[in-house]
Formats: sequence, structure tokens, C-alpha cells
Amino acid sequence: MELILDTVESVIKPEVPVGAFTIDNDQNAILSCQKGNKQAYGFLVRKYMKRAYYTALGLVGSHENAVDLSQDAFIRAYRAIKKFDAEKNFFTWYYRILRNLCFNFLRDRARHARSFSEVGEKNINVLTDESQNTSVQVERNELRRAVWDALATIKKHDREIIILKDIQNFSYKEIAEILDCPIGTVMSRLYNARKALKAKLERFYA
Amino acid sequence: MSTVKRDQDRFKILLMGAVDGELTAEERKEFELLLAENPEYKKEYQEYKNLKEATKEMKFKNPPAELWDSYWLSVYNRIERGLGWILLSIGCIILLTFAGFHFFKTLIFEADLPLIIKISIFSVIAGLAILLVSIVRERLFTYKSDPYKEIKR
Repeated sequence: MELILDTVESVIKPEVPVGAFTIDNDQNAILSCQKGNKQAYGFLVRKYMKRAYYTALGLVGSHENAVDLSQDAFIRAYRAIKKFDAEKNFFTWYYRILRNLCFNFLRDRARHARSFSEVGEKNINVLTDESQNTSVQVERNELRRAVWDALATIKKHDREIIILKDIQNFSYKEIAEILDCPIGTVMSRLYNARKALKAKLERFYA
Repeated sequence: MSTVKRDQDRFKILLMGAVDGELTAEERKEFELLLAENPEYKKEYQEYKNLKEATKEMKFKNPPAELWDSYWLSVYNRIERGLGWILLSIGCIILLTFAGFHFFKTLIFEADLPLIIKISIFSVIAGLAILLVSIVRERLFTYKSDPYKEIKR
């Protein structure tokens, strides 16, 4: 079985020596970047790059585009960092830049009529559990593939919230912060998203 | 809003919390009470639990390990190159504008060309200027009405 990366728990916390002091938290890094220190930005990029990549991958479904878009979002965030309030959560702010880029990308790609599931399916890790018999495994793998296909066909905002909750494992509080809405709205949006997903998987639940 | 509708809306929210294990003790009690009072809610609860089972097992494959080694360097290079491109572009625009202005000034006012050619050259310049202004105006209009442009800081 291949190693599965938990994107939330595996956030890197690198310490970056910059000049006479060491950057060990977001606020120091942001303040240093605001003074023009490009190297300090490395602390933030290294800390959040995995979360950023997997978020983009979940939204656009292709490795190359996920790398490109997540890096592009870091570049845009760096260019605007002087206006950013260092007291606030960097990743929440960065996430909004990234999702806008990803949604714009999907909107542009829709014009070229390229299927999301075509580019996304290969990036899903199909789990195999040796303790189970083959037919159960086949069925479960078929369900996983069907879930991925269904995810690809629901609305992008529905897909986003399911990915944030079920694949990225963010809490409601974190999602509310990221999407800038109350927790009740998160739960209500999640219900609608899952309802849409369930409708696409009716044959498995009939 | 009717009581039934309100109960349904409340149930949807509590249902998500129950499926994701994010209910408080008080909410859990409220949810169980709703389940006890409405047998049809039990079926729905089970369906969403099954769905959650399927989606929570979905994980992304790890990309090649080298990606993480070169990720920051790539961002750093792109930031630096971005500045280089901006400076290069500004310099080129100024130089080309200056050269173009002198080139057309020489052609129209100094060169011994037939009037029709001079008018044509003037027409080309005026056409390009109109197209440029039109594109810039369109881009500005699109930017104002772009629903994705907002980036909160």
C-alpha cells in the first residue's frame, strides 16, 4: 500500500535564519517580507506548500496545474503582502487568492471542454486493504472511482467544500475562516454539496 | 417560516455535524431527539454516514518528492523574474514608443512620399491607437464586473 499523506497534519514548520534572527512564526515572516526580505517568504512557502498544492489539486484535478496555480498564488500573495495585516491568518488569505485563481482556470478551461475527471482520476490513490476479500475490494474501489467521477460533475463550489472537509480534513471552524462565512453556512453548504454528490451516486445507495 | 420547515433546516445542519462528529453534547441531544421523533430522518442519517465513509477514504497520491525540494526555489525565481519582466517591459515600451514616434514623424512630415501613403500610415497609427484604447477600456470594464477579482486582505 502506498503512503497516504495527510495534508493537514503534515504541514512543515521550517525555521529560517534571516540575517541576525531566526524566523519561527508567520507573523515574523510577514513583517520581514513587508520590509522587502524575499528569503523570509520562504518560511511561509515551505510551511504551506503541501496544503496549497493539495488544495489546488482538489480543485483543478491535475498535478501540473496544481503546482503552477499554487505557486502563482504564492507569487501574487508576495506581491500584495505589504497590504496584508500580519495579525491575520496568512493561509486563509492565501487560500482566497488560490481559489480565485483555480476557479478562473476552471472557467477558462470549460471553454475548451476538457473533462475534469479525465485529468483528475489518475491523481487519486486507490487504496487496497489486504484483509478484505477481492470482491469487497473491487466493490470499494469501484465506489471510490464513482465518488471521484461524481465529484468531478458537481458544481465547483460544492466540490470545494467536500474536499475541504473530507479530503483535507479541515474543521468547520477552519472552513468558516477560509470561506469567510459563519459555521452554520458551512454546514448548510456542506449538506447541499453532499446531497448533490449523493444524487450522482444513487446506484450505490439504492 | 413553518415549524416543519424550520425543523428540517435545523435537522440538515445537525445531520452534517453528526456525520462529521462536530456536534456539541447539547446539539447531539437535540439531534437524537429529532431522530426519535422522525423515523424518516434515520434513513437519511444512515445514507449520509455511508457517503461520508466513501469520501473520507479518498486521498491524493503524493507527488514526486523532488517537487517539495524545488518548490520554494521555483517560487523565488518566479518572483525575481517577475520584477525583471516588468522592468524589461517598461523599458521596451518606452523605447519602442520613442522609436515609433520618430519613425512615423520622419515618414509623414519629412519623407518624400505620396500623400496617399502618408494618409495610409496615419490611418494605421490611428487605427492601432483606437484598438488599444478599446481593449484597455474593455479590460477595465471586465475587471470591475469580475466576480472572482476580490482578494480580501
